[in-house]
Amino acid sequence: MALLEVQNLEVSYGVIRAIKGISFEVNEGEIVTLIGANGAGKTTTMQSTVGLIPKKSGKVTFNGQDITKIPCHKVVHLGMTQVPEGRRVFQELTVYENLLMGAYSVKNKKADFKADIERVYERFPRLAERKNQVAGTLSGGEQQMLAMGRALMSRPKLLMLDEPSMGLSPLLVDQVFDIIKEINKDGTTILLVEQNAGKSLAISDRAYVLENGKIVLSGTGKELSESEMVKKAYLGG
Amino acid sequence: MDLLTIIINGLSIGGIYAMIALGYTMVYGIAKMLNFAHGDIIMVGAYTVVLLFTTSPTVGIISALVLCVLVGIIVEKAAYRPLRGASPLAVLITAIGVSKLLQSAAQIFIGSEPKGLTLNLGEIRLGSLHISVLTLLTILISVAVMAGLTLFVKYTKMGRAMVAVSEDRGAAQLMGINVNSVITVTFIIGSALAALAGVFLLFKSQSVDSTFGAMPGIKAFAAAVIGGIGSIPGAMVGGVVLGFIEAIFAATPLRDYVDAIEFAILIIVLLVKPTGILGKKRREKV
Repeated sequence: MALLEVQNLEVSYGVIRAIKGISFEVNEGEIVTLIGANGAGKTTTMQSTVGLIPKKSGKVTFNGQDITKIPCHKVVHLGMTQVPEGRRVFQELTVYENLLMGAYSVKNKKADFKADIERVYERFPRLAERKNQVAGTLSGGEQQMLAMGRALMSRPKLLMLDEPSMGLSPLLVDQVFDIIKEINKDGTTILLVEQNAGKSLAISDRAYVLENGKIVLSGTGKELSESEMVKKAYLGG
Repeated sequence: MDLLTIIINGLSIGGIYAMIALGYTMVYGIAKMLNFAHGDIIMVGAYTVVLLFTTSPTVGIISALVLCVLVGIIVEKAAYRPLRGASPLAVLITAIGVSKLLQSAAQIFIGSEPKGLTLNLGEIRLGSLHISVLTLLTILISVAVMAGLTLFVKYTKMGRAMVAVSEDRGAAQLMGINVNSVITVTFIIGSALAALAGVFLLFKSQSVDSTFGAMPGIKAFAAAVIGGIGSIPGAMVGGVVLGFIEAIFAATPLRDYVDAIEFAILIIVLLVKPTGILGKKRREKV
C-alpha cells in the first residue's frame, strides 16, 4: 500500500475549480515530484493534501489512515509535514526557536530533542552558526535551510516540499537538491513540487505533470525527462 | 502636584491601560480580529466584585477572574469561532454586537442604576509624599503581570505557539499547532487581565454601571494602537504612555480635555507612524 494516496481530489476557490479531480500516490522511500507551470495547481494540491485548505471532494489516505477530514495540525502529528512555498519561517523567532517550533508535535525527552537538533545542525552547518540569530535577518538560502530543518524536527515519514528552489542562486539550488536526496536516503519519503523540472526529475523516482488542475502525464523521472511533451513545455526544448 | 506624584499616577493609570491593551493586542495578533467586546469584560469583572464584596472581597475578586474568563471563552466559542475566515467587517460588527449584548444583559439583570462600593486601603507617607496603597498595589500587580506574561510568551511552549500563530497561522498549523486552542488560551489570558483591570478601576472609581468598561476599553485600544497593535511590548509601552499623558494633563488646567488630548495623540501617531511605536511592517524575503 502506498504511504500517501490521493484519490479524485477536487479543490475550489469559490466558483473557480482549481483542482479538477486528480489522483496520485507516493510509496514509502520514494521521491515523487509534481511539476507544472505557475497556476497549474501544485501548491493547492499540496496544501489541501495536508489539510491546510479544505477539499471539495476526494479521499486522502496516509499510512493506511483516512485523513481526508483531519485538520492540518493533527495530520502533522501523524508524521506528514510540509516546507511551504516561500519558506515561511517565523521571522521574529531565532533559528533555535524556529527549530523548537518544528518539534512542537513531537512528545519526546530532552535528550531526543537534543539529538534531533544536532542532526539538523550537522546537515545545515550554517544554522548552527546562526542559531541565536532572528530568522528574519537570514538570507533567502539560509531561510530555506531553516524551513527544511524545522520540518525535519517533526520527524516526518513524509516530507512535502513546495518550490524549495524558488528564488535561490544556481549554486544554492544544486545544494538544496543534494540535501533533498540525502534526506530521502536517510529514510524520509519525499513529495516535491517544483517549477525547476530538469533538476527535480533528475532526482525523482516518479513524477506527475500537472496542467490546469489535472494530471496530464505521469511516469518515472527518467521517462518524463525524455518525454517530448515535457521537454518542450518544461525543459526548454 | 509634584513630579513624583505625576510619575506614580502615570504608572498606575498606565498599568491598568496596559493590562487591558494586552488583551486587545494579543487577540488582534493571534485571532486577527478587533474584539470590541473586550472593554465590557472589565464591566463584568467590576460588577462581580461589587455584588460579592460584602460577602468577601477575596471571593469577589476570584469570582470576577473566573467569570470573566468564562465569558471570554463563551464569547469566543459562540460568536467569533463560527466566523473564522469570514470577512473582517462581519467579525467587527459581531464584536460590537457582543459588546451591546453584555451591556444590555447587565442592565436587565442588575439594573441601570450605578452600584457603589466604599473601600479605603489607606495611604503610605514618604516624607511629604502621600501615596495611596491602592495606587501602589496597582503598579506592583500590573508590573508583575506584564513581566509574567513576557516570560510566558518567551519561554513556554504555548507562549511560543502564540507567537507562531500570530506571525503565520498556516505555518503554525504545519508545526502541529492547534490554532483554535491557541486562540482560546489568548482569550483566557486577555479576559483575566481585563478582570484585574476591572477590579482596580472599580476600587478607584468606587462605582460601576453597564457602560463602565466602554471608556477604559476604547482608551486601552488607543494605547494598543499607539504602541503598535499586535505587539505585546507595544501594548505595555502604549498603556504607560497614555497613563503618563493622563497624569501630566490632570495636573494642568487642561485636565478636562484629557480624553480629547489622548485621542489627538492617537491620531498624530497614526499619521506619523501608522504601525505604532513598536509595530513593524512585515517584509517577505525571496
